[in-house]
Amino acid sequence: MAESSIIGTRIRERRIQQGIRQSELAKQVGISPSYLNLIEHNRRRIGGKILNRLAEVLEVEPSLLSEGAEAELIATLNEAAAGRSGAGERAEEFAGRFPGWAQLLAGLHHQNATLEQSVRTLTDRLTHDPHLAASLHDVISTVTSIRSTASILVETKELEPEWQGRFHRNINEDSTRLAEGAEALVRYLEAAPDTGAEIKSPQDELHAFLSEKGFHFPALEGEASDAMVEVVLQSADSLQSEAARQIARDVLYQYRRDAEALPLRDVLEAVGRHGVAPERLSEALKTDLATLFRRLAMLPEAEVGLVGLAICDGSGTLIFRKPLPEFSMPPVGSACTLWPLYQVLAQPQTPVRALVRQVGRDAQVASALAVSEEVRAASFSQPALMRAHMLILPAAGAAQDDARDVGVTCRICPLATCAARREPSIIEGGF
Amino acid sequence: MGRQVLLIEDEPNIIEAIRFILSRDGWDVKTHSNGVDAVDAVRARMPDVIILDVMLPGKSGFDILTEIRGDAALAQMPVLMLTARGQTKDREMAERAGASHYMTKPFSNAEILETVRQLVVT
Repeated sequence: MAESSIIGTRIRERRIQQGIRQSELAKQVGISPSYLNLIEHNRRRIGGKILNRLAEVLEVEPSLLSEGAEAELIATLNEAAAGRSGAGERAEEFAGRFPGWAQLLAGLHHQNATLEQSVRTLTDRLTHDPHLAASLHDVISTVTSIRSTASILVETKELEPEWQGRFHRNINEDSTRLAEGAEALVRYLEAAPDTGAEIKSPQDELHAFLSEKGFHFPALEGEASDAMVEVVLQSADSLQSEAARQIARDVLYQYRRDAEALPLRDVLEAVGRHGVAPERLSEALKTDLATLFRRLAMLPEAEVGLVGLAICDGSGTLIFRKPLPEFSMPPVGSACTLWPLYQVLAQPQTPVRALVRQVGRDAQVASALAVSEEVRAASFSQPALMRAHMLILPAAGAAQDDARDVGVTCRICPLATCAARREPSIIEGGF
Repeated sequence: MGRQVLLIEDEPNIIEAIRFILSRDGWDVKTHSNGVDAVDAVRARMPDVIILDVMLPGKSGFDILTEIRGDAALAQMPVLMLTARGQTKDREMAERAGASHYMTKPFSNAEILETVRQLVVT
């Protein structure tokens, strides 16, 4: 890869061009000069907030500094083009020559995915809505009774007056019930579009909320009580649905427990001494790897650089996603089976460390560390509940040959021959 | 004749209508309105046919049917299942639980009469 394509180098070039001193730039951005120095020498990978602030001070578009952002844009363009014949070639050239149009297209593609998700959510709601099912059941019961009673009245010759009176009363009763039931149904269906406002899946809302906060919650550090979780939740505008609030609550309580087990000062001090080296950190801090992984992924980026994390439950579904520029994670559905994450799900007692490379243009090597955690112990009536954690660390400069090729998810994976493929890729050709 | 049918259903007006139709056809109709002790009622009555609703308070019709089929004394008893949902899933569940026949609401009176008659003949 060309030297100039590395973010740190670009930042350094741009700073020197502008005639700004390293310490001055660091001060304006609000990071330490030594951290900036590490960034400029490509020893720390950055993204998000810090990148944006650097770009602002250096007066350039953040995308010009970050090749990662560009790679993400191109990946999105490929995804958008996928399955439509004729499109998809020369995405890189397109993004380079018409960055504005490319951004627009990528934006529309995201919006499209969100809309598709809404349709799925709505369909789910119709099929699984208990209120709707109960109302319909009620209506059908009443209709059954009316139909049966009415046909008795019509078909029975010489029906005794007492019976006739009784059945008339029943029909009258049932028709009132039916009218009420139908009215309630209409009210419910009319109100339905407002109840979820903008319908995103709860997982989407959770991850939007977490990235907004940079995956870090100063209010929950130190001596904070559990009550602070509710305070944080109350001010979280991006969590709109009750379901999203509930899963965010679980994530934040977990955060509190992790912050208690590994106080911020201790972790930062250990990171300062050992770097982001999980095995050494777990020894130094006397903690299990899963807790340490969650803690590292939710520390301020300015202190530890970029740290990615994926957590899945026993079904393989990703329940926590913090991607890195060089390691994407699918927003819905399951990820690539080749991830070490799934390896430790099958062999919980054996943590895995591997260099991985997500195939695609500009594939970069990252270091993946995976470990399983038991979230509920086994008993004679129930098996243990497991969760797998996979930490992703940048590994620029690592030997390419040792890396394992993996994908994001089959649908957008260009790996031509893969025994683990579960559905055809929509990307043609490959790289 | 004295052929007895036990109707396990919780909707009073449906009970009344079915009871009327079957009584006119010469059936001795007994009824039971909750799921919890429905199987006890079956044991006590030993009817010729059972009409069993799926949605009952206390216990589902599928569970009741499974219990009936699991009891050697009752296993051969003809059971007509009624459900408010025509989904194939419900039909499959009824078949798996061992229903002799399956009918979705709303049904016609002639249909139910015909089916109950057939269940006793076979």
